[in-house]
Amino acid sequence: MKCRVCRGPAVLDIRRHNAAFCRDHFLKHCRDQVQRAIDDQHMIAGGERVLVAVSGGKDSLALWDVLVGLGYDADGLYLGLGIGDYSDASGHAARAFARERRLELREVDLAAEYGYDVPSAAAATHRSPCGACGLSKRHVFNAVAVDHGYDVIATGHNLDDEAAVLLGNVLRWETAYLGRQHPVLPARPGFARKVKPLYRLGERETAAYCVLSGIEYQVEECPMAEGNRHLGYKQVLNALEERSPGAKAAFVFGFVDHAHDRFTEEAGIEREALRACDVCGSPTTGDVCAFCRLRERVGSRAVHAQ
Amino acid sequence: MVLRNPRRELEIPGPSTVEALLERLDVNPESVLVIQGDTLVTRDARLADTDVVEIRPVTSGGAE
Repeated sequence: MKCRVCRGPAVLDIRRHNAAFCRDHFLKHCRDQVQRAIDDQHMIAGGERVLVAVSGGKDSLALWDVLVGLGYDADGLYLGLGIGDYSDASGHAARAFARERRLELREVDLAAEYGYDVPSAAAATHRSPCGACGLSKRHVFNAVAVDHGYDVIATGHNLDDEAAVLLGNVLRWETAYLGRQHPVLPARPGFARKVKPLYRLGERETAAYCVLSGIEYQVEECPMAEGNRHLGYKQVLNALEERSPGAKAAFVFGFVDHAHDRFTEEAGIEREALRACDVCGSPTTGDVCAFCRLRERVGSRAVHAQ
Repeated sequence: MVLRNPRRELEIPGPSTVEALLERLDVNPESVLVIQGDTLVTRDARLADTDVVEIRPVTSGGAE
């Protein structure tokens, strides 16, 4: 195959664009898609400070690299999840990336800072480790952003992530979740704005961006995510994409452009009922926020075990 | 042909293509990158018997 732009040898084909690209034009394609996402959705204004949620995986490192390359003022935040060798390798990749590019990487360790890790939280709650992990990330990223004056939290959610979450929300008609599923969640009291600048790029593209840019990322999949529902949705969507290129993009972009607004009212009702958590002061709909309830459950389990 | 990560050897009468290799392994091309030696390659790339090929999964699943 030849590059769509320069007709040189291609390194990656993207069937939904009916195109292939050489290295340089593929990297430009990625930067253009991110800039378009930022501009179309008004994600980041000039001069704003961005906190990139960095896991050490392909998406977050590609995102950080692209944002800095586009001239945005972006620091990273790595959250230590305590998932054995996987977390060790992820932290190593994130630190090496920041060190080589002289970027600022903040770090928070769940166990040191909050007294639990993801495996212990999953055991204490008897629920999916991904649930405890996601809850912890949302809380800590927001707390660090608010405490340190960042305007925006940027996460590495890509087109495949958004398509899988959308499929899950539609299959169960989670209308409040559908109202909150958008490339931009506006700031509100106690919450920084959250943006997903990679939502126009598939995960094959973010992985290729890293390979072609020489970014060493954590290739191994999280051992605790194995067999989860999200991966099952991705498998189904990829089967669909293989038969019908562009299906995932049409699904997600169509939702963002034509359907999301129909669900915002339901999500808005929840927002109006927010108050400060009795324990940590974060905005919540109840007396105590979900993060503090999780910490309390893990802590009481540890006491019982003694 | 030698496949990396995990390393295994596969008898494939060559020359073959990336697309044929993935089909034989029942791997969806949408879910992987294919790296021939140290170069990323497209579906139509030709693969020789002596090639070392990495089929790198790109699917991550860390969401609820």
